[in-house]
Amino acid sequence: MKLSGSEIIIESLKQEGVEYIFGYPGGAVLHIYDALFAADKIKHVLVRHEQGATHAADGYARACNKPGVVLVTSGPGITNCVTGIATAHMDSIPMIVISGQVSRQYVGSDAFQEADATGITRPICKHNFLINDRESIAETFRKAFIIATTGRPGPVIIDIPKDLTDPNVKIHFEYKKNIKIRSYKVKTSESDEKIKQAAELICSAKKPMIYAGGGVILGKASNELTKLTKHLNFPITNTLMGLGAYPSSDKQFLGMLGMHGTYEANMAMHNCDVLLAVGARFDDRVTGDTSQFCPKAKIIHIDIDPSSISKIIEVDHSLIGDTKKILKKLLTYTNTSKNGINKDALDKWWKKINSWQKKKCLSYKKSNKVIKPQSVIETLHKITKGRSFVTSDVGQHQMWVAQYYKFDKPNRWINSGGLGTMGFGLPAAMGAQLAFPKEEVICVTGEASILMCIQELSTCLQYGLPIKVVTLNNRYMGMVRQWQEFFYEGRYAMSYMDAIPNFAQLAESFGHVGMVIDKPSNLEKDLSHALSLKNRCVFVDVITDETENVYPMIMSGKGHHEMHLAPSANEDIELA
Amino acid sequence: MNSDKRHIVSLLVENEFGSLSRIAGLFSARGYNIHCLSVAPTSDDSISRMTLVTYCTDSKASQLMKQLDKLVDVINVKDLTDETHIEREMLLLKVKSNLKQRDELKRLADIFRARIIDVTDTTYTIELTGPTEKILSFIDSLGKIKIIEQVRSGALGISRGSGSLEIKK
Repeated sequence: MKLSGSEIIIESLKQEGVEYIFGYPGGAVLHIYDALFAADKIKHVLVRHEQGATHAADGYARACNKPGVVLVTSGPGITNCVTGIATAHMDSIPMIVISGQVSRQYVGSDAFQEADATGITRPICKHNFLINDRESIAETFRKAFIIATTGRPGPVIIDIPKDLTDPNVKIHFEYKKNIKIRSYKVKTSESDEKIKQAAELICSAKKPMIYAGGGVILGKASNELTKLTKHLNFPITNTLMGLGAYPSSDKQFLGMLGMHGTYEANMAMHNCDVLLAVGARFDDRVTGDTSQFCPKAKIIHIDIDPSSISKIIEVDHSLIGDTKKILKKLLTYTNTSKNGINKDALDKWWKKINSWQKKKCLSYKKSNKVIKPQSVIETLHKITKGRSFVTSDVGQHQMWVAQYYKFDKPNRWINSGGLGTMGFGLPAAMGAQLAFPKEEVICVTGEASILMCIQELSTCLQYGLPIKVVTLNNRYMGMVRQWQEFFYEGRYAMSYMDAIPNFAQLAESFGHVGMVIDKPSNLEKDLSHALSLKNRCVFVDVITDETENVYPMIMSGKGHHEMHLAPSANEDIELA
Repeated sequence: MNSDKRHIVSLLVENEFGSLSRIAGLFSARGYNIHCLSVAPTSDDSISRMTLVTYCTDSKASQLMKQLDKLVDVINVKDLTDETHIEREMLLLKVKSNLKQRDELKRLADIFRARIIDVTDTTYTIELTGPTEKILSFIDSLGKIKIIEQVRSGALGISRGSGSLEIKK
């Protein structure tokens, strides 16, 4: 088969089973777009800004565990992708970004719309390629997909000069699936001996704790994690990225841990004697002061990325490889362990944990005058029975979703955990909705975040995406305001959002349904109505209490046991 | 354990553009210094060999090895520091040499087994190979002789014995 460079690109994507491309055309990719125009099977989603394309592809990947694909032009096309690529990189999301480049004879001449795409993206991606000859296009695409989707996943950029996509130059095409990349190796299996040792350590625990992160979801290991946790009857916490990896409604689940984690999860971390960390990377928002992190615990760490081991916290026992396989074997070996689980000690430990749970650290003062943001999330959870896909932007609303929307399934909670990218939520919701057209997708956002990618409401109309946008509108960049209240003596420097648009009208001008909810008494009724409009994108502007803060909170530089609880619930903080 | 120590690292990398900047970029992005770095092709055209020297704690060095190994273009990487290995560095030195200083310079060159490779009315250019300490001692020994230009290759390292840095399968 003889094909042009552009046709090879499209054919390669077909071979990889790509169903959607999120993109925006421009000079350097016009040949590719022309080939795409003729192609069936692959659907193109035209975004309104390239940042939106990357977040949409990212949201798609997070929802369905398949790599998201982006196609953009050279220069501003690829520079606009930088935030989205870095977002995916920080959360290890598989993504392929194809960027056009100026023709080879112009590279390096400061040509129109020229930017050093591989240079700019090098530190924020798993790998990138600048294709130099037509013959290597197919192989490069195969390599890119292998690298993006195996091991610890991540974004891969393919930069391709325009002349290589010339429709008039055709070469032989063959897509070889089995290629080796000699410099790329992924360790997927751990030795049985090391897993057995870990199992013995786990069984020896008197005060065990499981701390599971996004790696469980990326490794499709939720079932294995759940089985092991239930078998052991151990308490478990999830990181922000790991929510849904273990069912939140289960009694063994202690909630999220870390800066805005629950009292019980953080206290259990601080007091445990054996910690099993699974697919988590000891992020600073999780550990707090590293010198006080799990001071009494032997730590076992399961991860596919060897560089995650002992990066932040020195661990006692590492298991490097595929999380799913390792968890499966751990279940077997804990079952056949010589000593078995110490049931008496575990009972005592659960009693202690139950006493921490009695703090009810997520309780908040209800009001019938102003809408409490927490109640919006609780109401959403109630109406949707916790089954929706929920995306978010970054800030207070993100933490409230993490705390109050109890995710029971993996891949349902889609947020920018590592990079903390405002503007992520709406385009990510588009990706999730396209991956699951029949499911309910809600973007919970703030009035500040939503304005960073609001243009994508236009994309939602073009593709009939019935996303529900719920804005917790408190007129402030809430998390910034909260930090200014705590650490800057209430000097709210530039965090007040003056001149906020009328979101309901704005949404209507984009062709959607716009709503405002400003009374607590209307909250459930109006939210239910919004969610009942199955075929429409609905923008719900919820006017919330502007003074509300996210609690509990560990101030930076403090340990897990030094949490601040909400003032109303804060009678006495019990130290370990 | 917690104090900075000199680490000498050997790498085999794909000879592709961007490989060097990936490695250099990793050092700056993760806050490591590069004291010296040398890169050259090997008998296999597709592979370059690098030696680099950095100062950091042992635990940071072990994290650095993992980060380097994670780079897709890195075929193999090894910290040579704690195993027996050979290091060499080359120095090219241009010094002022008037008639009075010439004998002294020749003598010093002989003592250090350096070679004088270029001569003008007023200068000598000297070549010296050896471990870094030897290079530094030679430069020290020049005393008041004026150095016009000094070029060093940076350290090159290879392990002793029959072992080698291999292409991992």
